[in-house]
Amino acid sequence: MLKIQNLRAGIEGREILKGINLEIKAGEVHAIMGPNGSGKSTLASVLAGRETYEVLGGSVEYMGKDLLEFSVEDRAKEGLFLAFQYPIEIPGLSTTNFIKTAVNEARKYRGQEPLDAVAFLRMMKEKMALVNIDQSLLSRSLNEGFSGGEKKRNEIFQMAMLQPKLAILDETDSGLDIDAIRIVSNGINKLRTKDNAVLLVTHYQRLLDYIVPDFVHVLYNGRIVKSGPKELALELEERGYDFIKQEMGQFEEAL
Amino acid sequence: MNTNTYFKEHFDELQSTDILSGFDAIRQNAFNEFNRMGIPSIKQEAWKYTRISRLFEKDYQYDVKPGTTSITAADINAVRMPGHEIANELFFINGIFSLSLSTIRSAQLVVQPLDEAASNEYRDIVNNHFGHSSAYIMDGINALNTAFIHGAVFIHVKRGQITDHPVYIYHLSDARFTNSFSQPRNLVHVSENAQLQIVETFATIGQQESFTNQVIEIVIEKDARVDYYKIQDDYSINSQVSTTHIRHVGKSYSNSVVISLSGNIIRNNLNIVFDADHCEAHLYGLYCLNGHTHVDNHTIVDNVKPNCLSNTLYKGVVDDLATGIFNGKIFVRKDAQKTNAYQSNKNVLLSEGASVSTKPQLEIFADDVKCSHGCTVGSLDEEALFYLRSRGVDKDKARSLLLHAFAKDVVENIKSEPIRLYVNKLISERLQIDLL
Repeated sequence: MLKIQNLRAGIEGREILKGINLEIKAGEVHAIMGPNGSGKSTLASVLAGRETYEVLGGSVEYMGKDLLEFSVEDRAKEGLFLAFQYPIEIPGLSTTNFIKTAVNEARKYRGQEPLDAVAFLRMMKEKMALVNIDQSLLSRSLNEGFSGGEKKRNEIFQMAMLQPKLAILDETDSGLDIDAIRIVSNGINKLRTKDNAVLLVTHYQRLLDYIVPDFVHVLYNGRIVKSGPKELALELEERGYDFIKQEMGQFEEAL
Repeated sequence: MNTNTYFKEHFDELQSTDILSGFDAIRQNAFNEFNRMGIPSIKQEAWKYTRISRLFEKDYQYDVKPGTTSITAADINAVRMPGHEIANELFFINGIFSLSLSTIRSAQLVVQPLDEAASNEYRDIVNNHFGHSSAYIMDGINALNTAFIHGAVFIHVKRGQITDHPVYIYHLSDARFTNSFSQPRNLVHVSENAQLQIVETFATIGQQESFTNQVIEIVIEKDARVDYYKIQDDYSINSQVSTTHIRHVGKSYSNSVVISLSGNIIRNNLNIVFDADHCEAHLYGLYCLNGHTHVDNHTIVDNVKPNCLSNTLYKGVVDDLATGIFNGKIFVRKDAQKTNAYQSNKNVLLSEGASVSTKPQLEIFADDVKCSHGCTVGSLDEEALFYLRSRGVDKDKARSLLLHAFAKDVVENIKSEPIRLYVNKLISERLQIDLL
């Protein structure tokens, strides 16, 4: 599904990703872990197409196509979804209207008719139940005045509505209490199928108690320095990121 | 035109033909004031950003003889606003009220020529309130309107009556054959416990240019409420100086929404005067501009009496080479303790060539008041744009959604559903977005 080869990217002339290699197959869940500043969010942003980042080299193949050639919106329409670490508040635009536009844009792209009001409402209802989100919240301005948990649930609700092939979850657990993590994780788990894949970007292991990854990768200083099965996450939790740094022999890189 | 001799000729003609109105003295006095002050120049602080004098360099047809128009009912159909089937519709052609084109549906309403009202049972109301705006807008343009008062209308809502239909006021310029200059003038009086909704708009019929210098004075008595909407969406060669003067003379409520979308030079004056305790006024404005359109919004809230609340929110979306100006003044007089006055102006610039000037002003002479003001000018939020695009919404559509969202907290204050939908449609056309 996704094949990243020697991807290098940066911002304002500063190289942050220094050659990423990663392959994700349909049905898999991958977790990318790493200390602050290692490039985790940059990787998520570059994959989603955020234009403030500059791709300096390498390639990203997605569903057999060159992902980097697609605009931000076309990546989404091709089935890529980024759940934001800090979802944006947009006063005056309701989640319902927004997601209706998004769903129908994607349908148009695939040559389908837009959903009528009844079908759309039925779909909304079904997906709302997944993340335990209330209709009244969705009628309000997008994320405005939402709590941290509500914002993240709204992200997963949008993901459920858009039914992506590849979901990238950027620090979805940050700022959430245990109950909220459970709700959000349940939602994500219910959306898993053998045809889609999830890339979790996270600083802490705790999210992985709820969403069990097939592979764990450690990102450090712009490179994936270690990959392994889910047990790697536990090891990181236990020993901290310092042991990675020691293994890398880069003591001078302060956290 | 050579303004001095041009207006002198027309003024003399009006004074000699319209002799029964009883406005001769008022007109003469205003004309002297006009001659003294002249056309406002950009050297005057209140006109710093709007060079109105260039409009007076053109040749206009200024028809001061009432009642001669060849505009027909068929011509006006194209400019009617949604909801007109159930509205009271008042048509002004080149500044002069046309009884034959107008329709009054509400029994609660009195609509009379202003000169009649000035000499009948409404005499005291007219005498007490007509011309009150001149004390707030001391410039030649306002004086010019007063100097040429004729064909004006007095609108009155009777005590305790809630007008069942809104009043749509159309200021039409007949510019089919020549450039047209017109100066509509109206006085609205809403009695105790009465309610009225007014929608004013400007439209030019024909391809020549028009320039409308309009004044409406609205008086609100105790426990009355007025909703006032102004929509400016004329062709891009047509200009307006439009003054709305709302005077609260009893504990009362007003809600104004001014929507400016298209035109050449537009200057809006919106004055709120709290001449009574415990009044409340909301002033909303949206200017959504492209091309070369120049819109200059001046608001004044004068807190004469204590315990009043005002909230001013003006928003601008300015594209191409358009210009948006906001100048909001709040006066709190010495006796106006416990005043609450809030004011905000927010702008989004969409192009390099677009410009915005914003100037909030507070003049406070009381010591126990709550006032705030603020303004922002920026471009569209890139993070928000990325967020929408990352969900598969095309860049242009995302941009439109964001701008629509930006405009929402102004537009939603239009309580009339057909007018609100109409304004949303006009904005959508401007922003090129399908209604959701």
